[in-house]
This record gives sequence, structure tokens and C-alpha cells, in this order.
Amino acid sequence: MNQRWLNILGLALVAVIGIAFMILTPRFAELDTVLELTVYMVMAVLALSLALIWGYGGILCFGQSAFFGLGAYAYAIAMFNIGESTVPVLLAIILPAAFAALLGYFMFYGRISDVYLGVITLTVTLILFNAINSTAGPEFHIGTARLGGFNGIPGIPPLNWPGDRTAAVDLEGMFYLAAGSVLVTYFGLRLLLASRFGRIIVGIRENERRAELLGYDPRAYKLATFTIGGALAGFAGCLFANWGSFVSPTIFGLSQSAQIIIWVIVGGRGTLIGPIVGCIGIQWLSTALGANQPTGTDWWAKIFANAPLILGVILIAFVLLVPKGLVPTLGDLGGWLLGLRGRRGAERERFEPEAAE
Amino acid sequence: MDLVALLAIQVLYAVASLALISVGLAIIFGMMRVINLAHGEFLMLGGYAAIVATSHGVNLWIAMLVVAPIVVGLIGVVVERAIIRFLYGRMIDTMLATWGLSLFLVGLTTAIFGNTTVGISAPLGSFEIGTYRTSTYTLFVIAVAIVVLAAIFATLRWTRLGLIARGTMQNADMAAALGVNPPRVYAVTFGIGAALTGLAGAVLAPVSGVFPTIGVAYVAKSFITVIGGGAAILSGTVSASALFGAINQIATFVTTPVFGEVALLAAAIVLIRLLPQGITGRFFRRGL
Repeated sequence: MNQRWLNILGLALVAVIGIAFMILTPRFAELDTVLELTVYMVMAVLALSLALIWGYGGILCFGQSAFFGLGAYAYAIAMFNIGESTVPVLLAIILPAAFAALLGYFMFYGRISDVYLGVITLTVTLILFNAINSTAGPEFHIGTARLGGFNGIPGIPPLNWPGDRTAAVDLEGMFYLAAGSVLVTYFGLRLLLASRFGRIIVGIRENERRAELLGYDPRAYKLATFTIGGALAGFAGCLFANWGSFVSPTIFGLSQSAQIIIWVIVGGRGTLIGPIVGCIGIQWLSTALGANQPTGTDWWAKIFANAPLILGVILIAFVLLVPKGLVPTLGDLGGWLLGLRGRRGAERERFEPEAAE
Repeated sequence: MDLVALLAIQVLYAVASLALISVGLAIIFGMMRVINLAHGEFLMLGGYAAIVATSHGVNLWIAMLVVAPIVVGLIGVVVERAIIRFLYGRMIDTMLATWGLSLFLVGLTTAIFGNTTVGISAPLGSFEIGTYRTSTYTLFVIAVAIVVLAAIFATLRWTRLGLIARGTMQNADMAAALGVNPPRVYAVTFGIGAALTGLAGAVLAPVSGVFPTIGVAYVAKSFITVIGGGAAILSGTVSASALFGAINQIATFVTTPVFGEVALLAAAIVLIRLLPQGITGRFFRRGL
């Protein structure tokens, strides 16, 4: 079995599991489980956006939550002003994408290093957090929508079918939409990465100088990747604003940004399925830790119901001990086991390299 | 005229506090090429160290100027030995690990001290400029910043420690060949950077109060100051603080504090576009 067939098998497996999960869950699970799974799906789209730009584009963006939050706010504000969800959804994608393009222009065309890029994106998120946080007064409004400052914007109207403002999407519909978005995003990104464009951005990640000498402009490719990531994150933000019909500045916050990074690190950079797994796993863990929060001043309760503490430890542990992330590490392990079995086959292949590809 | 004097003091204070919160980070980054994302939490720990010490009856000045730097400096050495030293040369992994450390410290202090603001009232009272009153403590912060910067200059320029530090910074292999032990220099450097950060956190604690997530308020500003300043530790910090502090304070004066921060960030991004190596990448190249 060669690499190509493994690849196709993997894709088919993801498709079957994904579609089965999407169709079967609302029939068999309780409504509150479906609700929770919906937000996991929304976050998985967000995780995929960073998986693209960091895992494949090699762009260290610490502020993916900036685009996520902008998408959520754009949707909320436009929804109050327009009342029909087609335009707000588009705005929630276009506005973060435009912001990503502007920011990306300054960063990539300034040719700043990866590390500075991380710091600048992080700073942008923090400043957005501060700026939105301070808009509590009634004088801060866009059209009829008040920004609400640290109180956030409650009661955001739900999505409706395009063109028909009375046909609001219900909770199950929201789940189908979110799970469908994850699948579409996943396969869309697989297609993108298999295309010429995808090959080039991976080439740039591997060796920027070499790609440049071959005639590709890394700045433009990075900017395009970054913009696509911003658009995806904005769309996830739009779904998130729908899910809770509420947004507040905390979605720009440091812990939100850190979470996205942690999903990708835990799942594995350079894969798409890894960040989805990491995202769902970490969120499930956070919910589980928060759910059995015992009352009182028990010391263990203070530690285990303490999301930043646990997430911090996970992040440090993964960077030091499992730097590749779960999925690639398991993949290596699987490959090693397969290799032990088929060592004789592998040795034969070494002498006919063209047969391997 | 009084207003101008007041504004001048405010601008000077903004510059001084920016330099104070950034200089520890600049040392760690300039010497070791390590971006410490837990920098804000080191400031926070400095504040808590001072407050806990004063509540146990230690004199406020000793708590701020002696206890806080020692405590945070020791924490810094522990962090360097436990985490950072495994990650030298892997800048991105260092950033991620220190980010994890930052979350961990926020969680830990929340568990210990609770999610509330504690404060010490600013000593020294206030003084008048014409019809305006301003806090004397402002002048103290400016003085501390000047003393700290002067001390760093003197250490780097005239002492054996400074010579070894500069040598290791320029070429660690050569320094090792000449008998210097780079891992030890790194541990000491990280400790000194952390100690200065703790000092800054303690000195600013009476102004802002202390709570577990206060690091967030500082970290963005100090990072763009260090990046805007570029590789040279002292001249970079001073020039970038002067530029950004002035922009921040004047924009704050004209509009609101939040817009002041937005202006600071916008200025920083434009500066990075124009001078990707920071201010000292083009000017003051021979500075320390």
C-alpha cells in the first residue's frame, strides 16, 4: 500500500465518519449535547483557520482570535442594522479578511521575522480587546447597534435562510450548519493544499529563500494565506455569535488566543485533522473540568477547575515533550510499527525509488 | 504654561514607565534572543511580592526596591533552569512555552490570591503646578527609571560582568572558548532581567493595583517597545519608549486612554514597516 492510497483511504475515512457524525448526532443525542457539540464544531473551523496559516503557511499568528472576534462583532452589528442575515454573514467574512490583508501587508511586506509577527498579532488582539472593552457608553454605536463595551452585545438575531427573514435557523439546523462547515472547510483546505497554490505555500514554509529564488514572491503568497485564514476565522466568529446569540470582548482576550494555539500544538502542526482533534479534546476537557467544580475552598478544586492553570501546563508539556503534536506523533508511531512488519518490503523499495512514488 | 508643565511631566512619566516595564524584557531578548511571553506575569509577581511583603510588616520602600526584585529574580532563575534552557535556538518554541508559563502563573495566582484587585496606596502625597495638582509618586517613578537605566549602562560599559555579558551576546562560542560558561551567563541574565521586571511591577503597583491578569495590560506595550527599539538594549529601549510614550500620552491627552493605546500600536506597526530591524537597526547602531 503506497502513500497515495493511504491518503485516499484517510480522506474517505474522514468523510464517512464526518458525515455519519453530522447526520446521526441530532437523532440520538440529547439537545444539550447537540448544543455543546455545535460550539465544538464552530471552534473546529477556527482551529482549521490557524492550521492553514501556521501549520502549512508557517505564519506564526498569535492573534487569530482578532479575526474571530471581528467576524462575530461584524455579524452582530450588521444583523441589528439589517435584520436579514445574508449580508451580515458576508460582512463577517469580508471584514476580517480585509483586516487580515491590511495587517498582513504591513507585516509581510515589512519582512519582519516570525517571532515579531507572533508578537505583533498578539498585540493587535490585546489592543482590540481594550478598545472594544471601553465602548460601554451609549455614545458608542454603529447604526442602531450599541457596542456595549465589556457588557457585550446580547440578543443577536439568529441566522435565516438566505432571502427569507422569517425562516430562522433552529438549534438542530445550527448543528448541521456548524458540522457541515467543518467538513466543507476541511475538504476545501485539502483541495487548496493539493493545488499549485498549496504546494507553493508549503514550499515557502520549508525554505523561503529557495522559493523566492525560484521566482515565487513569498510576501504575496503569505499575504494570501493569511487573508484566507482571516476569512475563515471571521466565518467561525459569525457562527459563534449565532450559537450563543451573544458576543463580548473576551473573545479577543488572551486566553481565547492561547486556546487556538494550544489546539493546533496539541493536535499537531502540519496536519488538518490534528487541530480538529486537539480543539474538540481540549474543549471537552475544559467543560469536564468546569462541570464537576466542587464548591468550597478545597485546594484541589481550586487547581483543577482552573482553566488557565491546566491549559498552561498542557502547553508547556507539549512544547517540551511532544513538540510535533499528537497526530503526527501517533502517525510516526504507526509508521514505525508498520515499518517493523514490512521491513523486507521497505528494503526492496529502496532500490527502486520511482516505484515508491 | 502650567498646563504645558503638567503635560511635560505626564509625557515624561509615560516614557519612564514604558522604559521601566520594557527594560527587563529587552535584556532577556537582546542578550539571549528569547521572547518571554510571561513577561507581564513577572510584572504581576513583582507587584504581589511587594504587597505581600508590606502586609507582613516590611517597610514599603524595602518591599518595592529590594524584596520584589529578589523574589522575581529567583523565580526567573528557576524558570530558566526548568524550561527555557531546553529551548535555546528554538525561538518559537520558547515563545509558546513561556506563553504556557504565563497562563500557568495567572491560574496559580488566581488560586492563591483570588481574582480581586489588591492595592497599596501611593506614598509621597502630591504637589501643585499652578492650578493643577499631580502625584509626587510620578516623579519617583521617573527617578527610578533613570537610576535603573543608568545602572544598566554602567554595568554593561564598565564592569567585568558587563564585558562577559556583551561578549557572550556577540559570540557565545568564542566566549566559551575563552573560558566563559554561557549557560551560567544565560541563567544570570535571565535572572537579572526577571529581577528588573519584578522591580518595575512593584514600583507601578501603587499606581495600578495588582490582580492576576494585570500582565495583559503591560505585555502588549512592553513588547512593541522592545521590538520597535531593536536589538540594542539600552538605546533601543530608551528611544522606543521616548517615541511611543510621547505618542501614547499626547493621544491620551487629546482623546481617551484607549485611543492612546490604539495610536501607540498604529505607530508601532508603521514603524516596523519602515524600520523592520527596529530603531537601533538603523540609528544608534553602536549604542549599548
